[in-house]
Amino acid sequence: MHFTINGSDHDLELDVRTSLLDLLRDHLYLTGTKKGCNQGACGACTILVDGERINACLALAVQYQHRAITTIEGVGMSSRLDQLQTAFIEHDGFQCGYCTPGQICSAIGMAAEARRGLPSVLTADLCADVIDLNHDELRERMSGNLCRCGAYNGIIDAIRETFVEETV
Amino acid sequence: MLSFDYIRASGAGDAIAAGLRPQARYLGGGTNLVDLMRENIEQPRTLVDVSALSHEIAEQDDGSLLIGAAAKNTAVAENRLVRNRYPVLARAVLAGASAQIRNMATVGGNLLQRTRCYYFYDDAARCNKRTPGSGCDARDGFNRIHAILGASPACVATHPSDMCVALAALDAVVHVEGPDGTRRIPFAHFHRLPGEHPKQENVLAPAELITAVELPAASATAKSTYRKVRDRASYAFALVSVAGILEVQDGKLSLVRLALGGVAHKPWRAVKAEAVLLGGPANEAAFRAAADAELADAVPLRDNAFKVELAKRTLVAVLQELSA
Repeated sequence: MHFTINGSDHDLELDVRTSLLDLLRDHLYLTGTKKGCNQGACGACTILVDGERINACLALAVQYQHRAITTIEGVGMSSRLDQLQTAFIEHDGFQCGYCTPGQICSAIGMAAEARRGLPSVLTADLCADVIDLNHDELRERMSGNLCRCGAYNGIIDAIRETFVEETV
Repeated sequence: MLSFDYIRASGAGDAIAAGLRPQARYLGGGTNLVDLMRENIEQPRTLVDVSALSHEIAEQDDGSLLIGAAAKNTAVAENRLVRNRYPVLARAVLAGASAQIRNMATVGGNLLQRTRCYYFYDDAARCNKRTPGSGCDARDGFNRIHAILGASPACVATHPSDMCVALAALDAVVHVEGPDGTRRIPFAHFHRLPGEHPKQENVLAPAELITAVELPAASATAKSTYRKVRDRASYAFALVSVAGILEVQDGKLSLVRLALGGVAHKPWRAVKAEAVLLGGPANEAAFRAAADAELADAVPLRDNAFKVELAKRTLVAVLQELSA
């Protein structure tokens, strides 16, 4: 099977049962993406495919060949952090850090959705061209990512500083 | 998870040919099926990937909207025509699952998702839906999330979809294609009540494939919405939900379409409430009478009697919102 991950091409033989998450972690050693519930309930495994956030645990790898897959390793490196990663540090957007790669990939996907005008269930005017990413909207749009340390306020502050205040 | 053959279909024809293999299943986004396979509840020997089939959302000449079965949930909620003309559908989709899952899940798969009954998922429990004839541990177990309408001695599970509740209210039509050709199934007839055969959840024949969902042309003056009540504010299945479409002319209700989620084995079209309301006044007494009529036949279990009043109040609240 052929995969494009963080701009690099990978060809490998793979059991069709392999999830995209297990491909990343166990076959390519990209262990930044975390396995939490492994059933689509926690969001720790969130990655980006063609810029869209998905749960890698529910995805069969075989379905995601020839797509542009981005993991946390493709977002930033310890020597050169992404702006959102820096904001997570500054705002205490984590304690243990296990959910953080998923939170960050999810927030990047979320910001792109909002930029193109995708409403959420809380958006009063479904046809509005501009989404006001207020506190409640951010919490709703990030509800697919659980943080058992409860760092939600810091997470929201970091996302807000990165994606909302930049446009003010 | 048992191993399987994987076939990626490029069109409905070769999908159906592969779908005729023994124990074949169609695969959309996999958000439900892959999870069930991991639990060995679903054990397909062939997976036919139909995610490359039509995902177009296009207005037809008669004003209806045709949504390709492979359209992602997000694409449906994002579509301009859906947001403008079918807000009940956009809101129902956005009330379901998480953003990540909506980016994966398809329309066809949404119609075919299985119940979230705990006992269905637990292979140490008895479940007539999973293992026909084994019994039902939900009926006398923890059944707070279970059905109050249309259940049977064999099964008290509910259908988990939000999207389907809106589609029921919209009188959608399911387009299917199978070995014997194509047919169109009115949404109300697509899903089945459990009866004695809860494993059979819809009227699809073997290898029949959902190709599209059609929304009839919408009234430009009707209002619609979707309200979902759940245990937490986001990312939870419905305890009760209501899809409503309403139009008031000269103080009378000239169009009323209501459907309930979280209460039955299928999206529950509230025909009794509609019959009470149609042609009558839009006031709280009428709304309450309609809700009472719809829930008159409710049969609560040990833990879910609260759903009866919750369904009534949610119906009334939606009717008030739409007629305000």
